[in-house]
Amino acid sequence: MAMSFEWPWQYRFPPFFTLQPNVDTRQKQLAAWCSLVLSFCRLHKQSSMTVMEAQESPLFNNVKLQRKLPVESIQIVLEELRKKGNLEWLDKSKSSFLIMWRRPEEWGKLIYQWVSRSGQNNSIFTLYELTNGEDTEDEEFHGLDEATLLRALQALQQEHKAEIITVSDGRAAVASLLRLVLDPS
Amino acid sequence: MAILLSQIVFIEEQAAGIGKSAKIVVHLHPAPPNKEPGPFQSSKNSYIKLSFKEHGQIEFYRRLSEEMTQRRWENMPVSQSLQTNRGPQPGRIRAVGIVGIERKLEEKRKETDKNISEAFEDLSKLMIKAKEMVELSKSIANKIKDKQGDITEDETIRFKSYLLSMGIANPVTRETYGSGTQYHMQLAKQLAGILQVPLEERGGIMSLTEVYCLVNRARGMELLSPEDLVNACKMLEALKLPLRLRVFDSGVMVIELQSHKEEEMVASALETVSEKGSLTSEEFAKLVGMSVLLAKERLLLAEKMGHLCRDDSVEGLRFYPNLFMTQS
Repeated sequence: MAMSFEWPWQYRFPPFFTLQPNVDTRQKQLAAWCSLVLSFCRLHKQSSMTVMEAQESPLFNNVKLQRKLPVESIQIVLEELRKKGNLEWLDKSKSSFLIMWRRPEEWGKLIYQWVSRSGQNNSIFTLYELTNGEDTEDEEFHGLDEATLLRALQALQQEHKAEIITVSDGRAAVASLLRLVLDPS
Repeated sequence: MAILLSQIVFIEEQAAGIGKSAKIVVHLHPAPPNKEPGPFQSSKNSYIKLSFKEHGQIEFYRRLSEEMTQRRWENMPVSQSLQTNRGPQPGRIRAVGIVGIERKLEEKRKETDKNISEAFEDLSKLMIKAKEMVELSKSIANKIKDKQGDITEDETIRFKSYLLSMGIANPVTRETYGSGTQYHMQLAKQLAGILQVPLEERGGIMSLTEVYCLVNRARGMELLSPEDLVNACKMLEALKLPLRLRVFDSGVMVIELQSHKEEEMVASALETVSEKGSLTSEEFAKLVGMSVLLAKERLLLAEKMGHLCRDDSVEGLRFYPNLFMTQS
């Protein structure tokens, strides 16, 4: 799968790996980095990463070109992604992060659209059903990782379009259920 | 009880130790036959020791050494017997032969020494005076600073030149008086004349250090200080002269012909870089025939204007055409 990944032209442009001092140039550069990170992670189905991994990954380290993006610049790219809503730090020391090629709100919207399309308003779903059920096989969110899914549903909950119910099923595990409410207004 | 100084051959110090006091050992000639009666008629030792229980040894040694060097008893023709006025005693050591010559040389040396010390004494007195003068000048200079409005520019310049000739740094900053003076205005006009041709020869732009060297070489005498050069150059544009001073972001200062448009040069720089794919400052300087300093400034200006971008790695700093902007 890595082989089918198409690197953008910037990846073969040495200045791409130097943080540009000119502000306008830098803006373009960072935008290119952000979209590269997201498409890379999407293809490799990578939903989380540590900064250490990132440094050595071919994403930031072009061995053939003999250029690496320095760690301070990687931090700047990650901060850009966080500001855009595509990244969330998993720990206080900012050593590992969750990367979402679609923002949680966008996922939430897709899930909500599917629910209303399939007329399942007010039904209750397990999270597993949503991402791995037969009914959702054709949906984009099929196979979505749990961390991102949870955040998508939390976004919906914020909009009062869903309710996350936590149920203990007698065993040690706790399941989260979702009740989607189709708001006519 | 006394021993003639002429009896002394040699003296040496013996430092104090634990339980021992400091001593001076005085080695003596054999006693003359007409020796005065004393505490001992004879002794098997040819020396005596003077013991200093508390202190005084150093001073005593010094004085005794001096006396030994001066040997004043030899200069006096009349007998210097300590006890009575007797005739010259055969025991006296006379200034004859090599020993005498050596002694005379020693004396002369001592005399010279004394003269030099005296001379230096005057110098140290002068130095004390100089210090006072410096203090005085400083206080006057401060008063001038405080009364800036009351004293005319002319007088100030005169006084400052006195200070300078005494080697005292000017307490009044150049900025307050330096930039606007007649001197700098005249200098600016002079510079415009001197630099026109050299600038044209160098593509319309020169770094200030190049200008400094060129101008001072031409002057030969009465060289310009860097401050005076800069202050004169600051006035070029105001005086509507055909050159101007320009300061780049990096702090590098250059003199440009008014007709020179660095921004236009940037466009040609971009062409050159694009042709070669990428260039370092040194490579660019070589291609275009510029100094590396000015070449770098041109490339940095091009980057600032968005025409170039940079690749900074262990291989060095290279400039590329700014594809981030031109390509999708």
